[in-house]
Amino acid sequence: MDITRRKILKGSTLAAAAAAAPHLWLPTSREAWGATLKKGEPIKVGLLFSLTGQLAVPEEDSTLVMQYAIEEINKNGGIAGHEIKPIIIDAKSDFNVYSEKAKELIMREKVIALFGCYTSASRKAILPIVMQQNSLLYYPTCYEGAECSQNTICTGPLANQHSKDLIPFMVKNFGKKCFFVGSNYVWPKESNKNAKLWLQNAGGELLGEEYIPLGSSEFGPVLNKIREAKPNFIFSTVVGASDIAFHKQFKQEGFKVDAMPIASLTTGEIETKAMGADVGAGHFLSAPYFQTLENPTNAKFVENFLKSKYGKNGSTHYNMEETYLSAYVFKYGLEKALKKTGNIEEVTSRMIRDVSGGIRVEDDVSPEGLIWIDGDNFNTWLKPKIGQCQADGSFKTVYQASEHVAPDPYSIYPNSGKCTADGLVAPDGKVRKNVI
Amino acid sequence: MPHIEFASVVNALILGLSIASIWLIAAIGLTIIYGTVGVINMAHGEFIMLGAYTSYMLQSVFGLPFLLCIPASFIVVAAIGVVIERGLIRYLYNRPLDTLLATWGVSLVLMQGVRIIFGSDPKYIAVPEIFQSNVEFGFVNLSVLRIFIFGVTAAVVAGTVYLFYRTRFGMQVRAVMQNKEMAASFGIDADRVYMTTFAIGAGLAGIAGCLFGVLAIVLPTMGTAYVVQAFLVVVVGGGTLVGSVAASGLTGELQSIFAMISNDTFARFLLYVLIVVFLRFRPRGLFAVAKARR
Repeated sequence: MDITRRKILKGSTLAAAAAAAPHLWLPTSREAWGATLKKGEPIKVGLLFSLTGQLAVPEEDSTLVMQYAIEEINKNGGIAGHEIKPIIIDAKSDFNVYSEKAKELIMREKVIALFGCYTSASRKAILPIVMQQNSLLYYPTCYEGAECSQNTICTGPLANQHSKDLIPFMVKNFGKKCFFVGSNYVWPKESNKNAKLWLQNAGGELLGEEYIPLGSSEFGPVLNKIREAKPNFIFSTVVGASDIAFHKQFKQEGFKVDAMPIASLTTGEIETKAMGADVGAGHFLSAPYFQTLENPTNAKFVENFLKSKYGKNGSTHYNMEETYLSAYVFKYGLEKALKKTGNIEEVTSRMIRDVSGGIRVEDDVSPEGLIWIDGDNFNTWLKPKIGQCQADGSFKTVYQASEHVAPDPYSIYPNSGKCTADGLVAPDGKVRKNVI
Repeated sequence: MPHIEFASVVNALILGLSIASIWLIAAIGLTIIYGTVGVINMAHGEFIMLGAYTSYMLQSVFGLPFLLCIPASFIVVAAIGVVIERGLIRYLYNRPLDTLLATWGVSLVLMQGVRIIFGSDPKYIAVPEIFQSNVEFGFVNLSVLRIFIFGVTAAVVAGTVYLFYRTRFGMQVRAVMQNKEMAASFGIDADRVYMTTFAIGAGLAGIAGCLFGVLAIVLPTMGTAYVVQAFLVVVVGGGTLVGSVAASGLTGELQSIFAMISNDTFARFLLYVLIVVFLRFRPRGLFAVAKARR
């Protein structure tokens, strides 16, 4: 047989095509790969967070606290005698790496569940592969909602829970006039849609709404506008490095925190440490958790975590606590699935998800107090709290919801329908699966 | 078109000057390195970051007051610049594309190195109380820090102009810029001129980093936010000092005015579009210098 250039070209093109599109030649059903859990062998889970790049600040802490939680669970006997074995991946703040590595974790490492992501963009990057393989993603932070995937469980507050109490609280204590400032991407914009509703209900008035490019540190023009508008308070969904620049320049430009505080959804312990406690003091944060929450479970969690080898960054904040909870939600889910089948080798990712509705993390485990997973949309019932930053950078709880608030991913899109365990049920009765 | 108050226009113009000074101090080191040595330094943002970390370290470990951190950052980052120039860049002077890649590599190494040493959590630089306040003249509001940055930028520009146009060293630099071989034949040590210029450029980035650490944040990735603006200023200006001053003034004012009329995101979009159009008609920038290409 003679080898011509054409044949080689043809062959290599096919090989390239196969490599580029593995889903074309790999079987897609989970069963073809065999059970992912084996009796007596460790339970593999994937930790897909960024340890380098722009997102490393929050996500490195997520990885650390997950390792801590897994170690804690293993020390107390693991899950039905099985150890959890985390496979830690650095997603490098790159959305291509997120989806590539998610694929690798699910298909090569055969992890039973993934814990990962901080931004909505990375979540949306990995959800297609998670849903295609019927795997399971624990998304351990706050987000905007408007998703109804059958393969996710979220342990952070949704937009409808996050600002529900904060806006009326600010209107009552500081006045009706409000100014919105946010980073220019999906979460702030969706959050602000919710916030507008709460503002309207509280009788408030919106004076302006400004968005800053992600990562920008120039707040001069926005602060000039705020100075002219003279609001009673600022509602901020600015995230990351920009958030720190925003608070710093707020003070440098002569704004007074008593006269016009910033009510934020993201400015927690890490941020106030980076901006300096004198800059952060007096502003408000809405979150389900602060490091200073006074209850025995939290006291134990903070003490043990900070003295463990994972506590090197010196604080526990809401994002870490939500991540910590996700490890227990996973543990309880797997135990419940195991009770149902009686054989660990029959447990699949989807089965864990399906039995996770109604799972409770009691207040002797959960530092923020009792939470439970919603049986329809698999987000978390929790109590949002409002904290005011103190002179030492810690947060003092000034308000706590008296009852748990239900998660509602479609609160501002009632026409889209209702998210249920089987999919999004539209008003006309049609069910759509895996809506993202 | 919304009704625009006189006061807001004045405030926007003043803010424009401040934005211009921030962009200029970020760009001035890059201008010098690009204009003189001809190296497109992709690691410029990381030199800025190193300046911020130097201040952070000097302050938290040795208790150096903030105002002394500024010259100290210059010296430390200039020294790092010398090491990088001697160890790497000088072998690549005749290969501009390779310097592009090499300096990009350097930027990654610096970023990751800082992350390994200091961790990836943001750091905090304490400043004197005065920088946390503002001054008011009628309807004009100015933060002391912004005035201070403007002053530092003006001083740096004045110092650079003096160095390049009033000293023996400056004359040598300009001679090497115009024609390296010819200057060398007159006994100027071109290698040493390159090294010194590179070090000064790096040191100036260090000063910028020290100031940005106070204005915004200290993070391993902080440099990337400024390097785009710095390149913009250098490209629009044409790689000369006077060009960079003019370009930063122009772009800073436009950004501020556009942001006042619309919003920050749209202002940036509009600014970039205008720059693309400008470069279509004047690809060598505002004040390009005629020189023998190496």
